Amino acid sequence: MEANEVFEKVKGLFVEDLGIDESKVTMDAKLEEDLEIDSLGIVEVVMAFEDEFDIEIDDEELADVSTVGQAVNLLHSKI
Amino acid sequence: MKTALVTGGSRGIGSAIALGLGKNFHVVVGYANSEDKANDVVQEIVAAGGSASTVQIDISNAESVDTAFSTVEKEYNSVDVLINNAGITQDNILPRMKEAEWLEVIQTNLTGSFYTSQRAIKLMMKNKWGRIVFISSVVGLSGNQGQANYAASKAGLIGLAKSISKEMGSRNITSNVVAPGYIETDMTSFLDDENKENIIEQLSIKRIGKPEDISNVVSFLCSEESEYITGQVIPVDGGLTT
Repeated sequence: MEANEVFEKVKGLFVEDLGIDESKVTMDAKLEEDLEIDSLGIVEVVMAFEDEFDIEIDDEELADVSTVGQAVNLLHSKI
Repeated sequence: MKTALVTGGSRGIGSAIALGLGKNFHVVVGYANSEDKANDVVQEIVAAGGSASTVQIDISNAESVDTAFSTVEKEYNSVDVLINNAGITQDNILPRMKEAEWLEVIQTNLTGSFYTSQRAIKLMMKNKWGRIVFISSVVGLSGNQGQANYAASKAGLIGLAKSISKEMGSRNITSNVVAPGYIETDMTSFLDDENKENIIEQLSIKRIGKPEDISNVVSFLCSEESEYITGQVIPVDGGLTT
């Protein structure tokens, strides 16, 4: 899967599952500050990613993820 | 219709809870061994105009919990209400208590509820609605001779329930504890008449409790009306603890 396909899927999850405004979901957007996702929301996103892409994400891998782009890169590397 | 899973739902307090919830939910009666009794509870719910089914679930076994939840999820899409009711006793005074007696009771009563709650919460988070009720015991609040393992497991449920209430409040998931006192079930059938009289003397309301006394409170805690109550321990014990 290409990185931009991953991005589109990620965007879909943010918009549908968390009700975030589509225009806000850019590669540079910060999960907490820009998208206003709380810590439990991050967990929800991770669970949704795991279901959608059939992967497992360790807590350690999440430590460096604070933007949409970083999440996309992590997912892209695991698929 | 929302789905409620009652662990240990085939007998005693669990079956009374299942019957009570049958008025408003599709009830899944969880049983470890008593399949026939679980089927009886289902029939009783259906006869009263409700909807119910059974699932085999040994809460002390993570794999069994996973399989049971997958089955329920497949059939009914979700678990909206979880009643952590299943539990065991292996009484012994502490100097004589074997490590196995300690570990088995903790594994089933406390770790088992961790397995079920974790699994249920993932479903509830998606739906942004959920009700979890833990059936603890007044001995979890006061301790009891010969029941160090059981009391510790039941006190542990309180910490689990309160933590869930804080983690999940923003998702409309409530988590509460009901702490029964002396209730007439198989678990208290060893009490003879003299024991019972001594117990009743300590109570404000002069009778041993019935499973329905617990079921009524659980039904309320699972309703929409209770949405502002979470992280609480509600003793239902005729005034034994005040």
